[in-house]
Formats: sequence, structure tokens, C-alpha cells
Amino acid sequence: MPRRQLLITTAGLAAAALALTACSSGDDDTASPSGTPTAGKDVTLVTHDSFALSDGILDDFTKKTGITVKVVQPGDAGTLVNQLVLTKDAPLGDATFGIDNTFASRATDEGVVVPYTSQAPAAADAAKHGGGDGLTAIDYGDVCINVDHAWFKKRNLTEPVTLDDLTKPAYKDLLVVPNAVTSSPGFAFLLATIGAKGEDGWQDYWTALKKNGLKVADGWSDAYYTDFSGGGGGGPRPLVLSYASSPPETVPEGGGDATTGALLGTCFRQTEYAGVLVGAKNPVGAQELIDFLLSDEVQADIPGSMYMYPVSTSVQIPDEWTKWAPLSPHPFDVPSDDITAHRSEWLADWSATVIG
Amino acid sequence: MTTLMTRPDAVGAPQGGAPAPARAGTGRGMVVFWVAAVALPLAFLSVFFAWPVIALVARGFVTDGSLDLSGFADVFSRPRTWRIVGQTLAQASVATVLAVAFGVPGAYVLYRRRWRGRAVVRAIVTVPFVLPTVVVGVAFRSLLVSGGPLGFLHLDGTFWAIVAALVFFDYAVVVRGVGGMWERLDPRASQAARALGASPWRAFRTVTLPALVPAIASSASLVFLFCATAFGTVLILGGLQFGTIETEIWVQTTQFLDLRAAAVLSVVQLVIVACALTLAGRARSRRERALALASASDAVRPLTLRRPAGSPRRDGHGLALAAAGVTAAVVVLLCLPLVNLVVRSLRVGDGWGPDHYAALGSPSSGVPVSVWTALATSLRTALVATVLALVVGGLVALVVSRRPRRALGRRAVAGLDAVFMLPLGVSAVTVGFGFLISMHDPFGLDVDLRTSGVLVPIAQAVVAVPLVVRTVLPVLRAIDPSLRSAASTLGASPGRVLRTVDLPLAARSAGLAIGFAFAASLGEFGATSFLARPTDPTLPVLIFKLIGRPGADSYGMALAASVILAALTAAIVATCERLRTPTTGGDW
Repeated sequence: MPRRQLLITTAGLAAAALALTACSSGDDDTASPSGTPTAGKDVTLVTHDSFALSDGILDDFTKKTGITVKVVQPGDAGTLVNQLVLTKDAPLGDATFGIDNTFASRATDEGVVVPYTSQAPAAADAAKHGGGDGLTAIDYGDVCINVDHAWFKKRNLTEPVTLDDLTKPAYKDLLVVPNAVTSSPGFAFLLATIGAKGEDGWQDYWTALKKNGLKVADGWSDAYYTDFSGGGGGGPRPLVLSYASSPPETVPEGGGDATTGALLGTCFRQTEYAGVLVGAKNPVGAQELIDFLLSDEVQADIPGSMYMYPVSTSVQIPDEWTKWAPLSPHPFDVPSDDITAHRSEWLADWSATVIG
Repeated sequence: MTTLMTRPDAVGAPQGGAPAPARAGTGRGMVVFWVAAVALPLAFLSVFFAWPVIALVARGFVTDGSLDLSGFADVFSRPRTWRIVGQTLAQASVATVLAVAFGVPGAYVLYRRRWRGRAVVRAIVTVPFVLPTVVVGVAFRSLLVSGGPLGFLHLDGTFWAIVAALVFFDYAVVVRGVGGMWERLDPRASQAARALGASPWRAFRTVTLPALVPAIASSASLVFLFCATAFGTVLILGGLQFGTIETEIWVQTTQFLDLRAAAVLSVVQLVIVACALTLAGRARSRRERALALASASDAVRPLTLRRPAGSPRRDGHGLALAAAGVTAAVVVLLCLPLVNLVVRSLRVGDGWGPDHYAALGSPSSGVPVSVWTALATSLRTALVATVLALVVGGLVALVVSRRPRRALGRRAVAGLDAVFMLPLGVSAVTVGFGFLISMHDPFGLDVDLRTSGVLVPIAQAVVAVPLVVRTVLPVLRAIDPSLRSAASTLGASPGRVLRTVDLPLAARSAGLAIGFAFAASLGEFGATSFLARPTDPTLPVLIFKLIGRPGADSYGMALAASVILAALTAAIVATCERLRTPTTGGDW
């Protein structure tokens, strides 16, 4: 009987392995047929890698509504939107959060979300940030050049202020930005320059930047931690593309002034939206979740967890934010439709100009 | 004790001299077994690899319901495409050549010689293999960046920085692949050559090296595939100006959603990979034959810096020292980024301390779980993936190690071998996005596999299977067929032959295979990163999240967590190596 034993052992191992993988699933018990007015027991939120809320907040939602939230995170904002488009016919979940204004019109044009108007108290604030019928604004922030104050102080050098300053010889070899093709803040900065210099002027600006020793890193963390001198990694360059909300993180332990700051004349305003996915199994639960994202509890948690400003005007902004992370009074802007229409073309142009 | 009789004549008699065991298996049970051994892995690969990939690529070639191949003309008319294909080939080839050139002496020193601290160094060289690319990016770039410790080399953002990182990742593949074979090679053949007057170098070149060619070709093909599909490393260290087919597929799919261009590039990638596999297969099969295997305890000799007392000059001591020198230099180079990582993880503000390690226990803002929880998730997932990979890979290796008499059978076996290598050569983006459009209700079952987390260990197993096959197969193939026929002549049933001849020998490489598969699963960040992962992240995913947040503390924690991941990998690999204590030869 030895061969049978071998066979049985093999089959048993395979079965065990499959069983092991299978046991982590099996919670797909809800699935109330779409169209029913009541919410199912589970709601799945499809979001990007940076989504985060403090411990226990999603549990509070479950306590209030009886709905459990499952979070799935397929990648960065671009990957998120593209995956939502690809899976339109069989959506990955019920609600989405993290589509930003650079991708908003791709998402709405492709029809991945259904119209929903939140009745939450903060909905009126949210409406000021656009998004149309399908998308509800949840938070926003500015992508700006950050400067290492200490570096400039030590050399007695005046800090740059405007986009044009960055092309001056005094600031040669000092700036690092993430790649616009592979990083969403990188693309946001490209949009800032398009907003500032116009659809025909931005190429010359980037040529000038490049001549002035611009360094292009792959992603935000690469630029901020490896190349930037003020991010904790001790790199060589004192100017980096980051967020207006990064400086509070550089307040030294034990207090004092933030060692970095944002150049508010170089910013692009980013707004992040939530929406109910087409074909959601639990659309009512998805709507309740979006209302919850606009609640004071979540809105107040957003600065600390996601480094963005809440859309709601009724929650308190952390003190160090008022002090070290002010928003730009005049961020540059490019309409969402234009971005969708020209994204590929601009990125190809940018690659040709900057990367070669 | 030598476990196999040395049979120098067997070296000249490759295939077919002895009755093929597969043919000998005439029992009904054996037929069932072999059918299952082929069908199970094929089913696994078809469902979890071929189907998703085909589904995605097909989307790129179908426009409004009809086949549209105009994408080829379009993509190939861009000069950029040709540059990218050239860069892919150049990076992967140069890195493969270097990895082999450094890896073979490494295999000798780390597997054929015995010395104090060997286990530690063996574990260390495996660490780079599992580090998340974003961490390697930090470890490497902060060394190379101007003002960094190696800034004077001006390597940052150059072709050579990428090649160095690729070699850094894949050195272990060669060392382990070749070493696993070398430590079992019976030393007597080369001793005989030496006794007949050959110099040590000549004996190595004419006796040892040919015996190692299959293992070298095997490892080289793995390294080539890893290099040709590396994307995180290439993006971080070189950026898009050094873009490869893989990075281009990534850009087209995740950023532009241009599935047409991505599909064309996927086909190009597949063609390149198929060519590389064919070449490696040729090199392998020409040399692959029964080898005299010895137990490692006989073949491995101590390594001493001084010539052993009483041994004559020209005893090969110089060669051994040269190999040791090369290996020491390579290990030091490998350690530089690793040490850099440890040093940076201890940096707290302007001082030093273990603060970031202390912080690992509590979930900080923005990450859903603590590092320790993520570590447990990682281990659990990797364990499942390893079991899957061992079962599937073990079966494949067993089937592929047969040498059917008929040419058709031989071709089928070679085909099976190549097919299971493909997961390493196909873009992780294609697989990951393919899962999305194919796994929502597989087989009409009402389960959404995409968001359940089940796919994570499966995706890791798909990548680990080729590693298991490549580790176990050279050993199985080297088993002298006469041993099997001797067993059958003595009345053993085919099943018993499998159990008493193949299994014990294969089991000895199992430790190596387990370690490899486990390490690969722990570090896998390709397909996994495109899966809709649920909230319980694995450690590499958590590290990626941490390093994506501003603040010196997040950065420090990411580095500390990477050090933990590296240390854990080293410990696991070292433990798996211990599993390989030779079983007694008493089976025969």
C-alpha cells in the first residue's frame, strides 16, 4: 500500500494548504441584493495605500450602525482609480475613498460611481470643493515645495519664494522633486506649473529647472528621506516637493520651531473624494459610510492620520497645524476635465523634457 | 560515508542508459499518481497564473468585441520601445553575468568549505533577497547620494547603480543554487584528475565546472528572470530614463490604463523570457546527467587561511584563497547597505538609541496594526505559501526529473519545466491586475477571491514554485538511474523506488527549498502590492506604508521594521539550513 500512502499524503498536504488559505475568507455572508432599502451587515471600502484612521474609529461606525467596514487598498491613487475602472462590471467593494481631483473626471467619465448627495451636516462644506453628483469631497491639502530652514540659515542664504526663484542660479542643485509619471505628488507639482505658466509655457519652465540642477527622484519617500536635507534622512538638497502639512512633523522633540516650511507660492490644491461604487452590493451601507467620513469624529481625525485638511469647518484644526501647516492662499489650479483630457500628453511631454 | 557508488562511466552515459523509471511504473496506482502529479500543478498554474494573465492581455487586444493587433505596429514604431527593450536586456544580462561570476566562488566558499561563522554568512547573503525594494532603495541611495558615504563614486542614478542593486538582490540565488549542488558533488572525480597530473585549475575547469553547469544555468536563468522583471529597484535607483519593459508595463497599466500598449509589452516580455529559458534549458540539458553525489559531510572540507601542514604546493590552496578573497569582498559590499540600514534605524534626532525599535510594539497613527502584528501576518501567509509551493513545486520537480524514452515525452517534460518558470518572467502588474478581472466569482462560485486575502499567499506561492523546482530538480536529476534500476531489480515496486531513492535525496535539498520559498514569500511585494489587500497588512506592506508618511519617527520605524524583517529572514534561512542534516544513508 505504500504508493497509495504517498498519494494520500500528497493529496492531504494539498488539501490542507488549500484549507489553510481558505479559512481566512468565508465572511462573505451579507450580500443583500442591491436595491433593497436597508443596509447590509458589511460594507467594503476600496481606498488607496495612504488611507488611515485612528484606532477604534471604524469600530465606532459599527457600534452606531451595526455595519462592519472592510478596507481594501489596491495601491496608490492612480492604481486605485484604474483598478476601479477595470472592475466596473464586478466592483471590488461598495464605497471608495481617495479619488483626487487629478483623477476625478476619469472616474466620473468612466462611470465608476453612482450619484449620491450626502445629508451629513458637513455636506455643505464638502460641496464647496467640487466633485459633482458622484463624488463627495472629504479632505484637501496643498502640494508645495518644502524648504529646510536650518540649511539656509546656516549658509546665510535667502530662501526662495516663488516658482521662478527656483530657476535662479543662487538655488542651483538644491531642488529635488518626485517623478511626475510615477508619483501622484510629482504629478500635482507638474499641474502647479501648468496652472502657473499655462499650457504652452510650462515646458520652458521645466527646461530652466533642469538647467538649474533639478533632481528627479522616483517617489515622494525617496525624495523626502534620501535627497532632502530636512526630512530626517540627512540628504544633500534643502528644497523638496512635499505637502504643506509636512512641516509640523519636523518640530523638534521638546518643542521649538518647525525646522522646515512650505513655500506657499508654489502649491497645487489636492482634494480627495469619496463615492458609492456602481454595482455595490450594499449601496445604503456605502452611503452611510460616506456620511460617517463627513462626521466630526472622522473629520477631526484626518489631519493626524492622513495629513490632509478636513472639509468640515466645524472641527478644530490641531494647533501645530495652524502654526506650521497653513494652506496656500492662492494655490494653482487646473480644471479636472483638462487634466483627464491631457494627462497622457502632458506626462509624455514632461518625460521628454525632463527625463530625456 | 559516500552514499552513492562513484561510477565514473556514468558521467559519459547521459539519458536512456537505464530503464526509465516512469515507464517502469506500470501499476495502476502509479498511473494515477503520475497523472495527479502533472494535473495538480498544471491546474494550480492555469487558474492562478495563466488565466488572469490571459484575461488581462486579451483586454488589450480586443476592441469593441473584435481582435485588434494594431497595437503592435503602434508600440513598435515608437523609438522609446526599442530603447526600453535594449535596456532590459542590457541590465539583466550584465547583472546575471556579474551575479554568476561572483556567485560561483561564493558557492564554493560557503558550501564546499567548512569554517567558523559560515552559517551566519550564509544567512546574511540571503537577506537582500527579501528586503522590500523601497527599503533597499533607501539603503542604497543614501549610500550613493552625493554627500553619502559612497557619494564620491558618482554612481547615483546611473546604469551601474541599478546593476549593483540587481546583483545585491540576486547574488544569493546563485550561491544557494550552485552551492546546493556543489556540496554534494563527489570529490573523488576531481581527485582522480589531480592524481593523473592535472593542475587544480585544470581539474576544476574540466571536471568540476562541467558537473556544475546545470546548476549554474539553472541559477543564471532565475537571476535573469528576476532582473528582467525588477521594477521597484529600477525605478528607485535609476528612474524612468533607465526604464525596462517591466517598468513600462507598470506605467502603462497603473498610471495611463493603456492596456493595449501594456498587452503588447507583455507579449514582448514573454518572448524574451521564453528565449532566455530555452537558452538556459539547452545549456542545462547538454550537461545534465547522472552525477556521483556524496553526502555533504564527505565532500566539504575545512577552509584554512594557512596551507594545511604537510600538504604539497599546487594543492589548490591558492584557488581556494582566491575564492575566499572574492567572496569576502562581495560579502563586505553586500553588508554596506545592510549596515547602513541598521545605523540609520538607530539614529534618533541628533543622537542614537533604540527608540524606533521600542516604538514598534504600538500601532502609531496612520498604520492599522503594530509591526509585530504585521510580522505575525507575514509569517502566517508565508507559511501557507511555502506549503503550497513545496507541494506544487515538489510534484513538478519530480515529474520533470523523469527522462522518458520517447522524444515526445522528453519534450513534454522540458515544456512543463519551462512553463513553471514563467511566473518569474511575467510582469507582476499583469498578474495582479489580471487577478482583478478574473477572480470575482471564479468557476461561478459566489466568492469574491479578490478581496478575501486568499490570493495573497497564492500569488506568493506562484512566484515561489519556480524556486522550489530549481532547487530540488538538479539534485533529483543527478540521481544515478542505475540506483533506481537496482532497486527495481531487487523487487521494489515503483512507488517504493520513489519513496526510498528519490524522496530521501530530494528531502535533503528540501531545507534549502523551504528556506528559499519562505524567504521569497516573506519579501514578495510584486503581485501582492497590486492585490486588493485587506486591512491586515504583511510586514513589507506595512513598511511601505510607514515610509510613505512624513516625519523622522515614521522613517525610523520603517527602517527598524526592515531590520527586523532582515534579521527574521536570516534566522529562518539559517534554521532551514539546519533541517538539512544528512539523513542516514541506511535507506539503501
